[in-house]
Amino acid sequence: MATNVLMPALSPTMEQGKLAKWLKKEGDAVRSGDILAEIETDKATMEVEAIDEGTLAKILVPEGSDNVAVNTPIAVIAADGEDASRLNVASDATQAAKGKDAAQKGAPPPPAVATAASVPATVHAAPPPEAPEVPEGAVMETMTVREALRDAMAEEMRRDENVFVLGEEVAEYQGAYKVTQGLLQEFGAKRVVDTPITEHGFAGLGVGAAMAGLRPIVEFMTFNFAMQAMDQIINSAAKTHYMSGGQMSCPIVFRGPNGAAARVAAQHSQDYAAWFSHVPGLKVVAPYTAADAKGLLKSAIRDPNPVIFLENEILYGHTFEVPKLDDFLVPIGKARIARKGEHVTIVSFGIGMTYALQAAAELEKEGLDAEVVDLRTIRPMDSATIIESVKKTGRCVTVEEGWPQSGVGAEIVARLMEEAFDYLDAPVMRVAGRDAPMPYAANLEKLALPSVAEVVAAAKAVCYR
Amino acid sequence: MAAASSTARAKAAPRKSSASAPKIPAFTKDEELAAYREMLLIRRFEEKAGQMYGMGLIGGFCHLYIGQEAIAVGMRMAAKEGDQTISSYRDHGHMLACGMDPKAVMAELTGRRGGASKGKGGSMHMFSRAKGFFGGHGIVGAQVPLGTGLAFADRYLGNDNVSFTYFGDGAANQGQVYESFNMAELWKLPVIYVVENNLYAMGTSVARSSALTDFSKRGQSFNIPGEQVDGMDVRAVKAAGDRAAQWCRAGNGPIILEMQTYRYRGHSMSDPAKYRPKEEVQKMREEHDPIEQVRARLIAGKQASEEELKEIDAEIRKVVAEAADFASHDQEPDPAELWTDVLL
Repeated sequence: MATNVLMPALSPTMEQGKLAKWLKKEGDAVRSGDILAEIETDKATMEVEAIDEGTLAKILVPEGSDNVAVNTPIAVIAADGEDASRLNVASDATQAAKGKDAAQKGAPPPPAVATAASVPATVHAAPPPEAPEVPEGAVMETMTVREALRDAMAEEMRRDENVFVLGEEVAEYQGAYKVTQGLLQEFGAKRVVDTPITEHGFAGLGVGAAMAGLRPIVEFMTFNFAMQAMDQIINSAAKTHYMSGGQMSCPIVFRGPNGAAARVAAQHSQDYAAWFSHVPGLKVVAPYTAADAKGLLKSAIRDPNPVIFLENEILYGHTFEVPKLDDFLVPIGKARIARKGEHVTIVSFGIGMTYALQAAAELEKEGLDAEVVDLRTIRPMDSATIIESVKKTGRCVTVEEGWPQSGVGAEIVARLMEEAFDYLDAPVMRVAGRDAPMPYAANLEKLALPSVAEVVAAAKAVCYR
Repeated sequence: MAAASSTARAKAAPRKSSASAPKIPAFTKDEELAAYREMLLIRRFEEKAGQMYGMGLIGGFCHLYIGQEAIAVGMRMAAKEGDQTISSYRDHGHMLACGMDPKAVMAELTGRRGGASKGKGGSMHMFSRAKGFFGGHGIVGAQVPLGTGLAFADRYLGNDNVSFTYFGDGAANQGQVYESFNMAELWKLPVIYVVENNLYAMGTSVARSSALTDFSKRGQSFNIPGEQVDGMDVRAVKAAGDRAAQWCRAGNGPIILEMQTYRYRGHSMSDPAKYRPKEEVQKMREEHDPIEQVRARLIAGKQASEEELKEIDAEIRKVVAEAADFASHDQEPDPAELWTDVLL
């Protein structure tokens, strides 16, 4: 059967081009891969290759022709044994019609489908009443956030052989911040793996291991160094499940201290909560208490998705009550009411909670009863809990150490505007780190971070006090 | 470093490596025919993809594998069930060699619901857990740490699988490749790093981009052995693949195979490849074409007649035509698919 050779497009945007030169003439034998002709646009020249074999029966568009529309038949190839001279070009009706149709309208239209939905079906219904995370009467024990994190990893490693820890100084050194203390002794070098100082490489290696079915916990000595690994976290870990149509999964936890410590200056003091929370395909967790650190890390390790687990160096040494339970899990994606109140909602997470809670105590002295919401998870964000609180208080202040522009507070403000505007009695205010790199000098560093006084002032401002 | 390192290092004139390379074991008739069929499938599939791109049915980036078929096919012949394959965005050939359904691959190229990634990945992002194909990665070099991670999992799980990790001569200059080499050798991970050296990193020739153009030596500072292989000869590829896989399965750690190859087409569809002389392309096609080499051997050795090969050609054409037809008529993804598979 004869086939038409069509004018090809060099790019999705090309509509026409010049047929510059024929390299074969009528009657020539043509093999698959042979270059038939050259075409030109204002940008490039390209060769037209034969993909069928036979004889070049007829040239339909002579060389030198300008403005040849894409998909116009430019030649006819007769199959072996066909009499080229007797070929009626139009006889291949279907092909010709297709070509014509395509030339007029661009590419053959794909089968029609309904209009794409423009937004996901998210419903922020009031959260249903649920069982308390810590059962009544549970025995509590006191421990630091550091110990809680270590216990979470140890428990999950006992539970699942495929869980392992990978990172710099996690094994022999016992962790740069001693979070992995004792893990090497219990689980051995196969499962507690010291890496070279190569974040890009070992983050990617962890993602590959997760794709192959393991459950890596990748520790970054601090999240500042995860910048080196950003491509593997975003492009490989977060997107592969989607790009594979759901075939591949990446159950991995990236964890480590995030945000400012003390006097370590600009390159070691950045809060990445907003950065990571921008990315669909990631979950982003930032606990404040030891109980949440433990329960959320255990949930993160069991989660089938990539989870960014943001800790804080200053909080490592803080002590909290943690329920003494065999298997204490805190669900990802659920905020916690850290303090009940009536007059104003203060939303924060991680170390920001220290400012929020102290401010609430100050405000109480002045007769303002603040409700403090601990986000715990930045993505997916528990909008419902924030909105429920704002429905009650009508006022909201957000608190974070990170920068203000496109920050977590900015996201909360936008959601409240979109979904709770009618409940607001005052504009929402943000308290955030200063819009500058972190300075080293003690006085400047203090100025760069939020303060309790600012949170108090913001809360009073939105209450018009 | 034992067998693997002592082979090859074919010096200079890489295109004539057959002179200094180890003797290439002959293929059996069945192997020749299997290689012929597989390589022809890739060639015809890619030609069709190029044509469909020209018709506007395929969008975005589309990197064809034409000319490099012997690598995917020969290495696959050296692999066993359970081994993993991971590659760059020039990936259609690897998918077909791994046994993925041509219809699903072509329908992914056209962005239809029957595509290997439900139309959500496109040319550069396809996967098959069932066939051990781990993508399809669009960021130059990113698949190298990932492939090293696959090997890490193999070692962790104590199986005897090997990770076949492919990347190009361009990616070979990425820093993460060397971070991976270091860890792979340090931990003796079973990974074959296959450098598909087609001489051009997009439009920049190896000579203009690489201080050391012998990619088999790129592992030397980590003590990783390597060899240069005539990547246009499927028998040489399989033989090197066999040696490398054996090296890895024996617990010796990683190995590098530099496959000396050539892509006939531009880097992607929009690349007219004006940075190289036409004669260079023509010479490779005429003298080194991987498919023609097998065809000539089959005919000369009277292992197959012209008619038998024509029959195979016709079968392959039919498979490709069916794939193209399916990919042209399958529906676009349901709009609801926009929101699925973001999280598990």
